[in-house]
Amino acid sequence: MAFPALPDAPEWEALRLSLLVAALAVVIALPFAVASAWIVSRSRTPGRGVVNALIHLPLVLPPIVIGYLLLVLLGVRGPIGHLLFTLFGLRIAFTTKAVVIATAVMILPVMARSTRLALDAIDRGLEAAARTLGASRADVFASVTLPLMAPGVLAAAAIGFTAALGEFGAVIVFAANIEGATRTLPLAVYTALQVPGGESAAARIASISIVLALLGLALSEWLNARLRVRLGLA
Amino acid sequence: MSRLRIDIRVRRGDFNLDTRFELPAAGVIAVLGPSGSGKTTLMSAIAGILKPREGVIAIGEEAFFDSARKLDLPIEARGCGFVFQDARLFPHLSVEQNLSYGLARRRGRPITQETSHVVEMLGIGHLARRRPATLSGGERQRVAIGRALLSQPRLLLLDEPISAVDQDRKGEILPYLERLRDEANLPILYVSHALDEVLRLADQVVLIAGGRCEAAGAAAAVLSDHPIAGERRITVFDGSVLEHDRAIGLTCVSTAVGTFRIPMTDTLIGKRLRLVVEARDVALATAELMGLSIRNRFRATITRIERLDPSQALVALSASGGGVMAVLTHDAIADLRLAPGAEVWCLVKSVAVDRVPG
Repeated sequence: MAFPALPDAPEWEALRLSLLVAALAVVIALPFAVASAWIVSRSRTPGRGVVNALIHLPLVLPPIVIGYLLLVLLGVRGPIGHLLFTLFGLRIAFTTKAVVIATAVMILPVMARSTRLALDAIDRGLEAAARTLGASRADVFASVTLPLMAPGVLAAAAIGFTAALGEFGAVIVFAANIEGATRTLPLAVYTALQVPGGESAAARIASISIVLALLGLALSEWLNARLRVRLGLA
Repeated sequence: MSRLRIDIRVRRGDFNLDTRFELPAAGVIAVLGPSGSGKTTLMSAIAGILKPREGVIAIGEEAFFDSARKLDLPIEARGCGFVFQDARLFPHLSVEQNLSYGLARRRGRPITQETSHVVEMLGIGHLARRRPATLSGGERQRVAIGRALLSQPRLLLLDEPISAVDQDRKGEILPYLERLRDEANLPILYVSHALDEVLRLADQVVLIAGGRCEAAGAAAAVLSDHPIAGERRITVFDGSVLEHDRAIGLTCVSTAVGTFRIPMTDTLIGKRLRLVVEARDVALATAELMGLSIRNRFRATITRIERLDPSQALVALSASGGGVMAVLTHDAIADLRLAPGAEVWCLVKSVAVDRVPG
């Protein structure tokens, strides 16, 4: 068996872009995940059902539809995209920014879910106890809730990062497939498969994806175990 | 002295708490009642964790809640230190960090509970660096009490702090609670369903049953005058040690109804001692008797006779300075022609007097 050749430069470029995009998408999605988890699990606002539904939309819609919706909203002729372009000269669609945004939207459901599980595992009695000790709601969140769910939030970030490395449908519609700018690992696999004789390249890139995904899952599991220890459950 | 004023209606699912009482806000006020009688609901309402439908919760002039004035102080502004049944220590913080959590958030209240003193009083100094998960039940509760105390509360709420601790570990907490009562100089509401704990700790008692307050007042009077679910009728006498007679092995205890002679105790002269006499251990005589082994005798007037069952009745008596309860057979009552207004001698065997360290 021939030792698989080292990936050539465009593949390294796809890997670099994928890691960068995944990291940025997680950073963007994380506050939304925490906020939505808090709204759904702790607040009594009547809009919490709507928030929950909106967050989970990417889970049930075809990714291509999400990409299309983003294009409609954030494209240069879309209501938000037009505003950004005329005010700041900012173009989003078909750039690396578009990859990050599409990826962030796609990984939000899984991150919100994982964050909410961490939040629900916290004994609310601890929050009441903190308030009897003089902490305001915001203080309780910062000093008790957030630290207790921190490993769960990190686990959500790890699973979000892993999922981000695999985003395809929404990305290719909203950001297209531009080498060096929007061609992430899955798009590189897709591209390789379009070229006659590209199977071995596709296999190499796919292997990278598989290894990264397994690492991400393992990290997420380990963090979840840490969460249980922190909460005194294990 | 400021007074604790509670007059609230709280609905919680099918359960209704409708409670009204007013007591001096000082010492240990035990809230005694069977499980499900609304004790924890009452505590939660005072702390602000539950909102009453209507009513007033106030200490002195300061109201925490007053539905008529649309006043409802948030939990964190009430300054009620709350010790929960399950301690609720923060699992991500060390014991030391748990203790200082409330201290850092005392909202300008002056420091009356010094950290060093609280830590020494509760015997938790050696636990400072430990995590809550590694503590025993008794240690956990002591740290929880310390954490609540160090938030410099106006009122300390203890919700059955012993009930979640193993039976043989209860001794790890009770002596500390006694020191807390004697040294914290803070009004303490102490929820319990156990009469023995209440006898040991309480200065005042609020009796709760079915969401209603049945009695509130000085511990000795409330516990003597009212039946306690699942307990035999008793009379409680608060006294102080007069002298020890080592030659005959008796201790003299001065109480409102007279001097009791009881088997020797090691309580120091002048110290408080609470005596408990079961009503069935009290005998009545219509004339002073000679040639009798019973050491404790005092005169009293029958105020009331209450039928308990086909064979027994409760006789309530008023002696100088306090009430006494006796359980007699209907036969004995008829034989002696006992009736309200009759003057009798109350006789209590020394060995039948239980003493509660005070």
